[in-house]
Amino acid sequence: MRILNLLKLAYRSLNRNKLRTFLTMLGIIIGVASVIAMLAIGEGSNQNIKASVASLGTNSIMIFPGTANQGGVRQGASSTQTIKLEDVGAIATRCDLINHISPVDQKRVQAVYGSQNWSTTILGVKNDYFIIRSLTIAKGSSFTTSDDRAAAKVCLVGVTVVLNLFGDENMNPVGQIIRIHSIPVKIIGILTKMGQNTFGQDQDDIIISPFSTVQKRMMSSTPYVNSILASGISEDQIGDAVDEITSLLRENHKLAPSDDNDFTVRTQSDISNIFGTISKVMTILLASIAGISLLVGGIGIMNIMLVSVTERTREIGIRMAIGAKGRDVLMQFMIESIVISFIGGLIGILLGIVASWLVGKFGGWPIVITLSSIILSFVFSAAIGLFFGWYPARKAAALNPIDALRYE
Amino acid sequence: MENLISVKDLTKTYRTGDVDVHALNSVSLNINKGEFVAISGASGSGKSTFMNILGCLDTPTSGSYSMDGLDVPGRNKNELAELRNSKFGFVFQSFYLLPRTSARENVELPMLYNKKVLSNEMEEKALNALKSVGLADRAGSMPNQLSGGQQQRVAIARALVNDPVIIMADEPTGNLDSRTSYEIMEIFQKLNDNGITIVMVTHEPDIAQFAKSNILFKDGKIIANNPVKERKNATEELKKIAEPAEEKPAS
Repeated sequence: MRILNLLKLAYRSLNRNKLRTFLTMLGIIIGVASVIAMLAIGEGSNQNIKASVASLGTNSIMIFPGTANQGGVRQGASSTQTIKLEDVGAIATRCDLINHISPVDQKRVQAVYGSQNWSTTILGVKNDYFIIRSLTIAKGSSFTTSDDRAAAKVCLVGVTVVLNLFGDENMNPVGQIIRIHSIPVKIIGILTKMGQNTFGQDQDDIIISPFSTVQKRMMSSTPYVNSILASGISEDQIGDAVDEITSLLRENHKLAPSDDNDFTVRTQSDISNIFGTISKVMTILLASIAGISLLVGGIGIMNIMLVSVTERTREIGIRMAIGAKGRDVLMQFMIESIVISFIGGLIGILLGIVASWLVGKFGGWPIVITLSSIILSFVFSAAIGLFFGWYPARKAAALNPIDALRYE
Repeated sequence: MENLISVKDLTKTYRTGDVDVHALNSVSLNINKGEFVAISGASGSGKSTFMNILGCLDTPTSGSYSMDGLDVPGRNKNELAELRNSKFGFVFQSFYLLPRTSARENVELPMLYNKKVLSNEMEEKALNALKSVGLADRAGSMPNQLSGGQQQRVAIARALVNDPVIIMADEPTGNLDSRTSYEIMEIFQKLNDNGITIVMVTHEPDIAQFAKSNILFKDGKIIANNPVKERKNATEELKKIAEPAEEKPAS
């Protein structure tokens, strides 16, 4: 029989039992919609986690000096001074996979304001540091490159420092002068509160000043830097960026091929990978629960098709008596179940998109609907229609015309 | 006259439990083109089984059967379906129209399974077939809107639409009153006059009188095969019924 006639026939028979068709379809609709919504929620949280991990600086690269080895006694990490400020310049100009870079000098200091004092860490950095770490200024402003050139006595402080020196986290100390190592330093801005990091460290217990201020006024002006913080242009190319930096530094430090590196390059992509894995597991879990509801919907199709075959045994007998072949009957019932799952799948896609959108809008959950999730759930629902429609259709096609005609 | 159906030593055995039931016991018969055969017999005599085998709805246990020059036994289900579609027209006692499907669409049904008919000719052919049984104006009616006689005429139109060589009618008047039965017989006789072979099962002796020959079944065997001596003409019989009915109020 021609495909157009088969479709017409399927439409007619489905249209005859509207409520039954709708209820059968509902199983597929809910299944497809929940697969799409779950994948959208999963993908949304995946990207959300990725973004928040990225704000910790997942595509950041840290370069530390190597380990000293004096007469066989190894001194631990960063126990030597091998990285110079000119290395920073070299990486910035010659490494294509690096977009931001800042030298970092770090020192434990005692900050004093009036009768209060507080032991904290001062960082000497360039402006790129703020971009790499995604730091923002809550009040006041950041320092400029001319501040850096002039080694200006200015600083930005974290809220923990404000709390301990001024007694109140919420007061505005911009313009006040604090003393660090007896040097008066003007507060020009407050960093936005960041809270604890993944490892429980208070990220607000910090003072940040221009690199040259710290280097020249507090670190006795050596040409060496404590470490370098850089960021790669993309997370995927972090490995290549590390290789690029390594070979550049080896060349600059004039290391022979047999020498070990006199520096260490580290990335945080491991953290990102762990979070990625967790989120992937969650997505698979959610999607498989939704997939099970799609499967149940498929069983609903099979159930209804079996009822339909029994109910229409006489019709099958008539069709066979006047010349329908087994495969004509098979196709007739297959097309019916495929039409149910096909239309159910289409409605389910729309409903899934709407449901995801509602979750995103009212649940405040990040939602990302991917084309692949739509294609996946649609193909799955069509396959379910085929699979669960096959058995009842086969049963109908195997009927003997006389027995089918005599069926009451 | 040209031979259409040739059956030799046809046997059909059903197995129910441990007992073999011989529904047909070595039946041989020839039917020529243009015949109008009425088969009668008590229930269980094997006449329906014989009809089903002739109509390729059932297969014999043994024996040979050739139809329009084609050997039937040994053919697979699909080939039998094709034979039924192209050579036979079926008319049943309970009409067997598809419910909630218009008369025209019921008549189109056999053409859906016939590759030789194009989609765009179906409607015209169906309407012509309905016209030939006098139902041109009821093409859009559903079976439940039609009387028994009209339903049977739709079924006949459906049987005719693929231009069959033979019509198999299984008690076509069993569910109809005598007047409507005669109307159906009138159609059958006209079709037969136009060259279509008809094989009809009936247990009503007066209906059998409209055929050209009568076959009697008993215990799975043909015990009599006689030409009808005083063949009735349905058109005249209908007139006879109509006349007394008009005179009744006067008497």
